[in-house]
Amino acid sequence: MTDQPSQAELVRQSLKRRYRKERRFRAYGILAIAIALSALVILFADIIGKGYTGFMKTSITMEVNLDGEMMYLDDPTDKRQLKMADFVEPLVQALIREIPGATEEDRDEIRGLINPYASVTLRDALKENPDWLNTTRTMTFLSHTDVDVYVKHAGDAGYSIKLDEQQKAWVDELLERGVIETSFNDVFFSGGDSRDPSKAGILGAIVGSLLTMFVTLILSFPIGVAAAIYLEEFAPQNKFTDFIEVNINNLAAVPSIIFGLLGLAVFINLFGMPRSVPVVGGLVLTLMTLPTIIISSRAAIKSVPPSIREAAEGIGASKMQVVLHHVLPLAMPGMLTGSIIGMAQALGETAPLLLIGMVAFIVDVPDGFFDSATVLPVQVFLWAGSPELAFIERASAAIMVLLAFLISMNALAIWMRKRLERRW
Amino acid sequence: MQPANLFLLTLVLAVLAYGFGYARSRSLAMPLGGIRHLKSLPFYYGARAALWSGIPALLVLGLWAAFQGKVIQLIVVGGLPPELVPNTEGQASLLLSKISNVASGALPVGFVEAPIAEAAERLQALRAQSRMLMSVLVVAVAVLAGFLGWLRIRPRLNARSQVESILKWLFFACAALAILTTVGIIFSVAFETVRFFGKVPFTEFIFGSQWSPQTALRADQVAAEGAFGMIPLFTGTLLISAIAMIVAVPVGLLSAIYLSEYANRKVRGVVKPLLEMLAGIPTVVYGFFAALTVAPFISDVADSLGINASSQSALAAGGVMGIMIIPFVSSLSDDVINAVPQSLRDGSLALGATQSETMKKVIFPAALPGIMGGVLLAVSRAIGETMIVVMAAGLAANLTANPLETVTTVTVQIVTLLTGDQEFDSAKTLAAFALGAMLFLSTLLLNVIALKIVRKYREQYD
Repeated sequence: MTDQPSQAELVRQSLKRRYRKERRFRAYGILAIAIALSALVILFADIIGKGYTGFMKTSITMEVNLDGEMMYLDDPTDKRQLKMADFVEPLVQALIREIPGATEEDRDEIRGLINPYASVTLRDALKENPDWLNTTRTMTFLSHTDVDVYVKHAGDAGYSIKLDEQQKAWVDELLERGVIETSFNDVFFSGGDSRDPSKAGILGAIVGSLLTMFVTLILSFPIGVAAAIYLEEFAPQNKFTDFIEVNINNLAAVPSIIFGLLGLAVFINLFGMPRSVPVVGGLVLTLMTLPTIIISSRAAIKSVPPSIREAAEGIGASKMQVVLHHVLPLAMPGMLTGSIIGMAQALGETAPLLLIGMVAFIVDVPDGFFDSATVLPVQVFLWAGSPELAFIERASAAIMVLLAFLISMNALAIWMRKRLERRW
Repeated sequence: MQPANLFLLTLVLAVLAYGFGYARSRSLAMPLGGIRHLKSLPFYYGARAALWSGIPALLVLGLWAAFQGKVIQLIVVGGLPPELVPNTEGQASLLLSKISNVASGALPVGFVEAPIAEAAERLQALRAQSRMLMSVLVVAVAVLAGFLGWLRIRPRLNARSQVESILKWLFFACAALAILTTVGIIFSVAFETVRFFGKVPFTEFIFGSQWSPQTALRADQVAAEGAFGMIPLFTGTLLISAIAMIVAVPVGLLSAIYLSEYANRKVRGVVKPLLEMLAGIPTVVYGFFAALTVAPFISDVADSLGINASSQSALAAGGVMGIMIIPFVSSLSDDVINAVPQSLRDGSLALGATQSETMKKVIFPAALPGIMGGVLLAVSRAIGETMIVVMAAGLAANLTANPLETVTTVTVQIVTLLTGDQEFDSAKTLAAFALGAMLFLSTLLLNVIALKIVRKYREQYD
C-alpha cells in the first residue's frame, strides 16, 4: 500500500484551513459593519462635541444707571436724539462699578467685555420705556464674543482666547459673583444671521427652510401622486409611456447640482424671477424630489390588490372612480411615507440652492415667498466656511437642529408605515 | 395683487363655481323629479364648473407670472435713450440690476444718471400695471369661464365623463412633466455650452491641462487670459471618486453580505436602519465633518509621519464621501444578493462548501453583474456629489494622483463660478454650464449603462 492519504483524509486535513477562512470571512463582514457604524458614531460625537456649547450664551447682568446727561439724551421718544445718543457709556460705567479695582483708565479693556450690540439692546429698551430715563435698572446684556469663547473654551487648545490676562481675571471674578452667566441661548433661536457670532441665530434660516419646503410640498405631492396614478392606472403600453418612465428613472439619478443649473437658466434667467427667494428654491427642489415621490407612489399603488379594483368595477364604478374612491385612499399611507422621505431629502439639500443665490448674507427673518431667504443647510455651509471658531460652534449647533428635523421626519415616516400600512 | 394671493383667490373662485354648479344641477333636476333624472351626480356638475373656472385662470396666472419679469425688462431697456442701451449682455445685466436697485430703494435716486432714475420709475410703474392687469385678467377669466361652465349645465349633460377626461389629461400632464424637466435641463446647459465653445475651442476644453478661469474684467487689464482645460478637473474628480469607491465598495459589499447571509433577524433589524441613517444625513453635514475634523486630522497624522499633506487633501473629501456612499452600495448589493435563487445556495451547501465558499464561488459570481451595476450607480453619485467637495476639497486645479494634495472637481468649479457676482456671457460663467453639460452627460451615461446591467441581470433569474 502507498502512504498516500486517502481522499477523506485530505478533506479532513483541509477542513481546519477552510474553517479558518470561514471565520476570517465572517470577521471581515463584522469589521465592515463596525467601520460603517463607528463612522456614524464618530460623526455624531464630533458634531455634538463641537456644537453643544452653541446652545449656550454668555450674558452680563448689571445695574445700569440710565443717566440722561451721560447719554446726551433727554427725550427717548425723539428719533433724532436716539440716533445721536451714547448708549455705550452707561454700560461701561456700570461694568466698571461691578469690577472692584477697575478705574476709568481701564475703560477700553472693559468695553471689550460687552457685546457691540448691547448698546442697541439698551436703546430699544429705552425706546419702549421712555420713563426709564434717569433711573437705575438691573438689565442683562450679551457679553462680547471673546468673553463667550473664553468662558466656554478656556482650556481648549483649539480656540484662541483673545482676552488679555487682566480681562481674564475680571471675567473669572465676575463669573464667580454671578454677574457673568451662561444660560440657554435663546438668541440662537430668535434671530437671523449676523456678523457677530453671539448675535447670530437660525430663525431666519428655519423660516426660509419652512417656506421653501411648503412650496416644494404643495407642488411635488399632488403632481407626483397624479403622475404615479397616470403611469400605473391609465397609461397605455406604448413608446411614449416608456419614454416617460425612462426619464423619471434618469432624473432620479441626476446630480442635484444640475437642477441648480436648470433653476438658474430657466427660472432666473429665462423667466426673470428674483434670486435667492423661497419660491425659486421650492420650484427647483420640486423638480428634484418629484422622481422620488413618483417612484414611491407607484410602489404604493401597485401594492393595492387587484381584487379591490375588480370589486369596484363589478358594481359599476368608472375607472376614475375606482382609482379616486378606492385605490388612492388605500395607497395614501404609502404615498405619504414616500413623500415625507422625499421632503427630508429636499430639506437637507444644499447644492442647487447655492446656484440660485440662496447663499446671500441675510439678517432679517424672511416674511414671504418672494423675500430673500436662506435655508438651514446653506446657513450651516456659510458658517462652516467662517474662520471664526465661534461660528463653527454655531454651525454644529445648526446641524444638530437640522438633524433633529430630519430624524423626526423619518421617525414620522416609519411610524406611519407601521401604523397605517395594510398588508394584504 | 401678489401672485400667491391671486392663486388663493382663484382657488376660492373655483370653489364658488363648484358650489354654484352643484346648486344649479340640483335646481334643474327639481322640476324633473329629483337628481336621479340627471345624467351625473350633482358633484360632477359642480366639479365641472370648478375645473372650467380654475384651469384657464391658473394657466393665465402661471404664464403671466413666469414671463412678466422678462417682458418688463425688455420694455424698460427698450425705453432707454440710445446712448445708454447696452451692447453686451454683461452690461445689460449690470444696468438692469442698477435700475431695479433704484426702483427698490436700495440705491438712492441721487446716485444715478437721470435716464436711469426715469427707467427705475418706469420699471415700478410697469410692475404695478402688470400686477394690476394680471389680477384683472385672471379674475375675469375665472369668473367668465366659470359662468360659461355654469350656464351650460343641462340635465342630460354627461358631466362625469367630462370631468374624468379632464382629470385624466391633468394626470397625463403631471407625468409628462418628467420629460419637460429633462428637456429643460438639456436646453439650459446646451445653449450656454454652445456659446462657450464659441469662445473657447472644444479641443482646448477637452484636452487642455490648465484650468484657471480668471478672465480679465476689462480689456486693458493684465490679468491672465483664462485657461479652460478640463483635464485637471476631470482627474481630480476621478481621484476623489476613486478614493470614495475604495472606502465604500469593500465596506458596503461586505456588510451587505454579512447582513444577508450571516446576521440573524435581530441584528439585521438594528444594523440596517443605522446604516441607512448614513444615507439620510445631509451632504453639507458630511462636508462640515470632512473639512473641519477629517482634513485637519489627516494633515496632523501626515505631519507626524513626516509627510507633507495639504490641509484640503483629496483623501479627506474622498474618504468622507466613501462613508456617505456605503449605505448606497450596501443596499444595492443586498438586493442583488437576495435575488440570487436559493437553489444555487442550497446546491453549493449540499456539496459540502462552507458558507464563505458558497458566497465567494457561487453567489458572488452570479451576483457580479448586478453588483457592478450598483457600483456604477455609486460612481455616478460620487461624481455628482457637490457639498462635500465644495467644503473639503480645494479650488486649486492640480494635475496629480497624490491623495494628500489638493485637487478640485467639476462640481466645485461649477459652484465657484456661479456663486457670487457673475456676469452673464463671460467665458467664466459659460464654462460652468459647459462643465454642467459634461457632468450631466457622464452621469447619464453611467446611469443608463448601470440600469441596463441591473435590469438584464434581473431578467436572468426571474
